[in-house]
Amino acid sequence: MINKFYTKKKSKHKQSPLQRNDRFWGYAFIMPMLIGYSLFVLAPVVATFFIGLTDWSLIRAPEFIGFENFKSLVTDEDFIASVINTLYFTVLLLPSNLILCLALASLLKDKFPGVGFFRTAIFTPVVTSVVVWGIIWKYILQTDNGIINVLLRMMGVKGPQWLFNTSLAIPVVAFVTLIKGLGMNMVILISAMNDVPEMYYEAANLDGANKWRQFRSVTLPLIAPTIFLVIIMTVIGSLKVFGQIYNLTGGGPGNSSYVLVYYIYQQAFQYYEFGYASSVSAILFIIILVLTLVQWNVRKRWVYHEV
Amino acid sequence: MKYNMQKTERSKKIAWKIVKYTICILVSVIMLAPFYWMITTSLKEYSKVLEFPPQFFPNPVIFQNYIDLFRMQPFGLYLWNSIYTASIVTLSVVFFASIAGYAFAKLRFAGNNILFLIILSGMMMPVEITTIPLFIALSKLQLVDTHFPLIVPQIFGYGGAFGVFLMRQFYITVPDELIEAGKIDGCSQPRIFYNIVLPMSTSTIATLVIFTFLQNWNEFFVPLIFLSNSRLFTIPLALSLFTTESGVQWHLIMAAASVATVPVLIVFFFSQRKFIESLAMSGLK
Repeated sequence: MINKFYTKKKSKHKQSPLQRNDRFWGYAFIMPMLIGYSLFVLAPVVATFFIGLTDWSLIRAPEFIGFENFKSLVTDEDFIASVINTLYFTVLLLPSNLILCLALASLLKDKFPGVGFFRTAIFTPVVTSVVVWGIIWKYILQTDNGIINVLLRMMGVKGPQWLFNTSLAIPVVAFVTLIKGLGMNMVILISAMNDVPEMYYEAANLDGANKWRQFRSVTLPLIAPTIFLVIIMTVIGSLKVFGQIYNLTGGGPGNSSYVLVYYIYQQAFQYYEFGYASSVSAILFIIILVLTLVQWNVRKRWVYHEV
Repeated sequence: MKYNMQKTERSKKIAWKIVKYTICILVSVIMLAPFYWMITTSLKEYSKVLEFPPQFFPNPVIFQNYIDLFRMQPFGLYLWNSIYTASIVTLSVVFFASIAGYAFAKLRFAGNNILFLIILSGMMMPVEITTIPLFIALSKLQLVDTHFPLIVPQIFGYGGAFGVFLMRQFYITVPDELIEAGKIDGCSQPRIFYNIVLPMSTSTIATLVIFTFLQNWNEFFVPLIFLSNSRLFTIPLALSLFTTESGVQWHLIMAAASVATVPVLIVFFFSQRKFIESLAMSGLK
């Protein structure tokens, strides 16, 4: 496997060319990734901001209009509905997700017979495509023949129109999303909980702390950085929600389940208003960027304090 | 007295065990029931799908829906489009991410750290945001409504950034002595990488392969935007468009959804421990 030219390069003289060699191959190895990244990620992100300042649609030539798009957004009812729905979705999803994930992680962090099966079961929706997950639930939640309403009917209850009711659309999508994503956060929390040194629990035990007290005073503070990470990731995920909405409600009924990305999609790829849609993209990007930076900084400080 | 306390202690433990298992089983049922319903529906005759009271177990069990599925629509073509685009992306990500990950982990060059951070930031750039400029640019190049946007940008976006991160994490653990030994033997860097380092990383690469393939197999947003010619559709896109039509044939849709899901689930069940671990890792740090 390894070359046998053993004696060739031993003089001190060769050291420096070897290092130079490292440098050359270092750049050569990262170059494809770097170029691809610049072309297909960085350039589009930068371009989004410029396109957001133009009136650019499929038929018209782009025209620079400054912050006009952003001004129109303020009075755009559909945009406002999208923002409100996105926030509503996030507010519904985040606390329920966090509480359930913490509960499930505490339950499943220890080894006991069957734990592998339970973890896998909870993780299964995570690896399923959002389209498949969406259409299974669309099938389950049909008004007349969906299994949930059929079961309700067997119990003598008339089920609601889950997906065609303006006040139910977002909560239903939030529920479907909640179940799909639980496994991911649970797994992250389990690995954080298992990193908590056993001796802290032993000490707490000696002090007579019960399980709940141990969870509150030992586990929670020690996994706080991970909880924070999970919160930020869940918020970013909620801000980007699209596939579930598209496949379950199609933004409807009316605009009752419009969300930010759905609105971007509609403006850009159904009405071909690239400029207007990009101004929404730019706003979404800034929010995500800020959340990510906050997360990086807070985490850095936290980790520092731990040491 | 002491005996009594032990007894209550023990019955408490048993009670807790019962509660624990009840919760776990209940949650698992909620998670798996949708899949059960999907698969059983795909095995029912059309007339039985809408029957009241519902059949919780298909009777008779038939596979006709799967045969119809491959016969009626160009479903085989969708399947092939999905396999083919996801495979090219996966192979490319493995190649580009492993050499870049190795360089970031082991080779010293100016700007190593900052360039790594820049590429890593690709993990937070949502494809939903880069899509409009890409669409404009690619339509100028006549590349909209081809498989190009499903393949090339995916290699360097989130998937690639994650790949670089994952591979670098692994290559950092490779001892420097091995690489030094290779150098002393006169191997060039590509040979060291190919002959010494790469063979050590097969299990990390396996994780990356599964992750990337899955990601692209499930991808919905990009095909939705870039494809309009139905001969180019991938499975998720086809599935989604067929359920927005009226008069949905649920037995066929569920058969198609099963074809899109069951192979993935099988691979996942066999690789799940490693896979879940590395996914959890991707969230950390």
